[in-house]
Amino acid sequence: MKNVKTVVPARAAWSSVVRTGETLTVTDLYGNQAVDFLVYDAHDTSVRYSAPDTIQAQGTIFLTTGSVLLSNEHTPLMTVVADDVGRHDTVGGACSKESNTLRYGHHTWSQHACVDNFLAEGVKYGLGKRDLVSNINWYMNVPVEKDGTLGIVDGISAPGLSLTLRAERDVLVLVSNCPQINNPCNGFEPTAVEMTIEAGRGDGA
Amino acid sequence: MATATTYGARDHARAQEGARAEAMPVVPASAWPAPPCEAGHLVWAETVAGGNYTHRVLARGTELRLTDLLGDACAHLLLFVADRPWERLNVADTVKVQWNAYLGEGRLLLSDQGRVLASVVADTSGRHDALCGTSTLVRNTERYGDGTPQSASPAGRELFKLAAAKNGLEPRDLPPSLSFFQGVEIREDGALDFTGSAGPGGSVTLRAEQDVTVLIANVPHPVDPRPDYVCTPLEVLAWRSEATRPGDQLWETTPESRRAFLNTAEFLAARGLA
Repeated sequence: MKNVKTVVPARAAWSSVVRTGETLTVTDLYGNQAVDFLVYDAHDTSVRYSAPDTIQAQGTIFLTTGSVLLSNEHTPLMTVVADDVGRHDTVGGACSKESNTLRYGHHTWSQHACVDNFLAEGVKYGLGKRDLVSNINWYMNVPVEKDGTLGIVDGISAPGLSLTLRAERDVLVLVSNCPQINNPCNGFEPTAVEMTIEAGRGDGA
Repeated sequence: MATATTYGARDHARAQEGARAEAMPVVPASAWPAPPCEAGHLVWAETVAGGNYTHRVLARGTELRLTDLLGDACAHLLLFVADRPWERLNVADTVKVQWNAYLGEGRLLLSDQGRVLASVVADTSGRHDALCGTSTLVRNTERYGDGTPQSASPAGRELFKLAAAKNGLEPRDLPPSLSFFQGVEIREDGALDFTGSAGPGGSVTLRAEQDVTVLIANVPHPVDPRPDYVCTPLEVLAWRSEATRPGDQLWETTPESRRAFLNTAEFLAARGLA
């Protein structure tokens, strides 16, 4: 029985193909660590995660158990089948060196950021900048006030909490274990997470 | 038959010139009857039918006014830097950097490179959405029976694919889009409330802060709960004006907007463009 565990160190990138029916469990080993996440149809990467389609289909901006991650063609890529936390972000996107200059100042330019992780990991599969879109931030907490004010605030995760995704087709997953140190998305101190891929749970996949 | 010969067919086709339709481009734009700007500055004047699309490359400093003529337009919009389209609208950065999920006057439409593509200089509608994107073939087929461009219920993404192709771009170049004139609000628990239109006559004016390729699809908002495909004509007018400059109020609205304009100015200066 397939069971592949990988610890992704703080600030690092990770990727894998997850086959139809297999599950991917993301474990927040030390708590409050944002895990930036993109997913593509493994056989046609022009079909990729769509935050807008996922939001419009489920009628809410937060992800949890039962949420289906939809593609830009409104087809299912993965489903959240278990979640210890109850709320994950679809709105904030990835940090980049460029957006950091706007959010915090130009002194942050030499710091590492998620978009660079996505580019470095994606290029292994022939993906480039045109293939990056708004991503999921597992464990990141982005509330929206009545007047529209939004921001990344202290997380609601804790050490050892996890969520599990089931692949609804063969998918390519790109992860950036967020290196941001200027906001509470990871408590100002990036830490390691763990990725576990398992064979289908009794569905024969 | 008058069209039985090549000469007759030619005469028949040429006799159509001057015909008017409810939705059409007016060329030259200067022939538009009531321009909102100095005579001769209009560069684009068009009425886009519900279920249709349009696109244009606009020079830095051009103002673009979208008007919901009858109250049921929905202008889905994408922006790309004109000559390097891999730099493009980033809705996540647009809402995150400005600390607000909603669009309106004074907001900047940001690229993924920490620069300004366009600014919202006027807004009389207030019903917009930066989170739900546009509609798809799959969803429109479920809801309306069809979503192909030639059907009675075209999907926004299908129209964007056509508009993108006419600018040398592919489906992978289409990121999440914005939509104007059909609003969505977010509840505390994250749920969406569709607030619909502000009514006939609402308008939004954008100012291009770089040379940009603009794609527009006028289709129903994807969470519009009405069972029928309801989308009415969108008026599009653009005219020569001036880009935001140091000292303009918009430049200094927030620390984030100041840095976004500074990044943009330096980029353009290095290229010799401004």
